[in-house]
Amino acid sequence: MDALATNFFNLDVYAQVFPYLLQGLLTTVWLSAIVIPLGLASGLVLAVAATYTRRRWMRIAIAVYIDFFRALPPLVLLIFIYYGAPFLGLDLPKLAAVAFGFMLNNSSYYAEVFRAGLLAVPKGQMEAARSTGLSGAQALAHVVLPQAARNCLPDLVSNSIEVIKLTSIASVVALPELLRNARDAQSLLYNPSPIVLAALMYVALLWPLVRWLSRLEHRGTLAR
Amino acid sequence: MTMSGLERFLFTFFNGEVAAQYLPDILSGMVVTAAVGIAVVATGLALGLLLAMLRTLQRAVLTLPIVAFVDFMRALPPLVMIILFFFAFPLVGVAMSAFVAVWLALSLVLAAYAEECIWGGILTLPRGQWEAARSTGLTWLQTMAAVILPQAFRIALPPLTNRIISITKNAALGSVVGLNEILNNAQSASSLAGNPTPLVVGAAAYLVIFVPVILAARRIEARMARGA
Repeated sequence: MDALATNFFNLDVYAQVFPYLLQGLLTTVWLSAIVIPLGLASGLVLAVAATYTRRRWMRIAIAVYIDFFRALPPLVLLIFIYYGAPFLGLDLPKLAAVAFGFMLNNSSYYAEVFRAGLLAVPKGQMEAARSTGLSGAQALAHVVLPQAARNCLPDLVSNSIEVIKLTSIASVVALPELLRNARDAQSLLYNPSPIVLAALMYVALLWPLVRWLSRLEHRGTLAR
Repeated sequence: MTMSGLERFLFTFFNGEVAAQYLPDILSGMVVTAAVGIAVVATGLALGLLLAMLRTLQRAVLTLPIVAFVDFMRALPPLVMIILFFFAFPLVGVAMSAFVAVWLALSLVLAAYAEECIWGGILTLPRGQWEAARSTGLTWLQTMAAVILPQAFRIALPPLTNRIISITKNAALGSVVGLNEILNNAQSASSLAGNPTPLVVGAAAYLVIFVPVILAARRIEARMARGA
């Protein structure tokens, strides 16, 4: 019990590292604020292209892209970009490597979510909108996408929670987000309490989102 | 000897000699990655199934801890958990190997997501299924095994396979605690060789393992969508 208090829940250590971990938490938040919109935008473009293109090769290319990045672990992608870029003569900053790797990975997941949402909107919606004189882009933006987004809102939230958790792998390339700072503090103080505190901070950040998601999902089931 | 840009690119990323030299390392990494994946699926699914079944009893003493566990696992990044198990638990007298740390962390995560998927499947079944099955004289356990779970599983299967893929892929996180899986072996090979080719081979090894799984998942999804 004593070992637990000293090594996991050491309040002195907590107090000492809290500002440093808070800084890491802020980095986690703004890193998420960069990579989630990037993933959403690129995933939406892929999904719209895959759903509405008449070109077969394009549909196939997007399907291959999506499956490729679903099969590749994000950490492998990140390590590859981070350690591979210098061999191409590119001096990629950490943040750029992380953002690019995340975009490749997330775009495929968000594209899958949006595609399901778009497919659930009846075809007649697009046809009716076009027949009122809206252009294809207008019909998409004002009629189809709002319905598609509603359809897949729980999955979008769920995926975004996964993305926030995923930012922890940026610690591997020493980007100073929450987990990285916690590990630095741990090795500095020879005490793993900072890791436990970081875990608690992740839960504090994400638990409200998880609860909200659970209610969104539950509403879906009750309505069915 | 001078090399053209393309030659240099191929020499750097697709170096046949380096690839051949380190292929055995990648292959042995594939065995470890596959072993982690299979072990995680077995224990994660079993635990998730158990939790979903317990939740159907609708007792607050069971439901509350289950929901708390699921929430916690959905909020905590798996890498944080792996690092906790491997680096922090030994200090309170619970030491475990890298394999066990990764297996345990990912099993718990999968259990939580599997519970959600299976429970979601159970919720969509009409109450009449229970009542009809019980009124024919089946016990609770028989009803569960013969009537409820087979139907719930069919509904849960597409989201469940997607979760299984994204969670077992996290075996790559084992490289952070020195588990000798694909990524770890590829990284040490590429720093030994001073050439990133082993990372390319490692990425290809992941595709060899996971692309077939993803294609199988797509087939399941398509079959479900057709209602077959």
